[in-house]
Amino acid sequence: MEDVKGFIAARVAKELKDGDVVSLGIGLPTQVENYLPEGVRITLLSENGIVGEGPQPSTADASPYVVDAGGQPASVLIGGSFVDSAVSFGIIRGGHVDVAVLGALEFDEEGNLSSWIIPRKKVPGMGGAMDLVIGAKKVLIAMGHTNKGMHKILKKCTLQLTAVKAVDMIVTEMGVMVVTGNGIELLEYNPDFTIEQIQAATEAQLIISPNLKKMAV
Amino acid sequence: MAKLVPIEEAVGLIKDGDTVMIGGFMGCGNPHKVIDALVKRDAKNLMVICNDGAWPEFGVAKLITSGQVKKLIATHVGLNPEVGKKMNTGELQVELIPQGTFAERIRCGGNGSGGFLTKTGFGTIIADGKQVISIDGKEYLLELSLKADVALICGNKIDRKGNVWYRGTTRNFNVVMATAAGIVIAEADNVVELGEIEPENVATQGIFVDFILDGGNA
Repeated sequence: MEDVKGFIAARVAKELKDGDVVSLGIGLPTQVENYLPEGVRITLLSENGIVGEGPQPSTADASPYVVDAGGQPASVLIGGSFVDSAVSFGIIRGGHVDVAVLGALEFDEEGNLSSWIIPRKKVPGMGGAMDLVIGAKKVLIAMGHTNKGMHKILKKCTLQLTAVKAVDMIVTEMGVMVVTGNGIELLEYNPDFTIEQIQAATEAQLIISPNLKKMAV
Repeated sequence: MAKLVPIEEAVGLIKDGDTVMIGGFMGCGNPHKVIDALVKRDAKNLMVICNDGAWPEFGVAKLITSGQVKKLIATHVGLNPEVGKKMNTGELQVELIPQGTFAERIRCGGNGSGGFLTKTGFGTIIADGKQVISIDGKEYLLELSLKADVALICGNKIDRKGNVWYRGTTRNFNVVMATAAGIVIAEADNVVELGEIEPENVATQGIFVDFILDGGNA
């Protein structure tokens, strides 16, 4: 597969419904916006202060006064608004965000995730991730299934947690999974891989859905 | 009442060892002229409360590079490698807080609340040493309010009473920080006459602001 990130983003986009208030994390999740299904319009929240964020402006149109949560030039749509950080995180913790799409370093069968610190290597900080995963109605993880072959979907996270039991769904280039009380259930698989290959790339024991489908974007 | 003063005079009020809140998000909404003046004045051992470390050589990053910050309380420092370097050498202590908790703790500092309850960080390292309070079967962390000696904020238009109008996403932490410090110093891209900002559009009321500086960015 050439464009793994685009493939994952396109599948995530199918989860969004018309009218959803959505937060997209930095990196891969940002691309989800490019694949919205026909007729689905969302309100994008940029947690640094935009309700109704628009597309990234061209260099000529960029304003130093309007940035996104990655500090990059951003825009606001007509009908959008600017808020301060306390209001923005009130929106987030208050349950007014329908879907949050984030990346992760590790993820485990209890729905725990780690995304903000690699000891002795990188300490970027959690930014708004801890608030988003506890506040959004639906938390969706979009990430590569492994880290260059190293397992990321584990029995138990080894890195510092971002939140406990917070994740609803996970989309990778290999499949679509949900967190159930019994573990991680594989709902859809990418036919480029066999179920055995997907399990081998996953430390946690996958529950194969009785209604297993092919992943389509 | 807010007083329009030269930058050097206001920055002169910041003492070695002060706790200083600085508004902005990745440099957007940082009071850039005040930061430059503070680097020049060389106030030392500051405890800085700012969302992030910005980008190298931009905004609050200049204070970190110049070695004036003893401790940084922030939510994200990954885009300024200098912060990581100084953490590793022990020159700089960094305390990381979830961003919503960071904003709300400051809001509490300014509105007379001792703190607030949140589910954010429950079950993580953030919960270490914190009181857990159960309400209707849900568990929350008690997060305490945060205040500072000085807050440095920035607005696009500030009138002579200190009322602030923010442009674009520059409101961010400026709004709450303006309420939570002993001395509030507001850098204006434009100092405007009374009435130029409509009452409906004042996002920080002049009663919070002590000193206005003409940043002259226009």
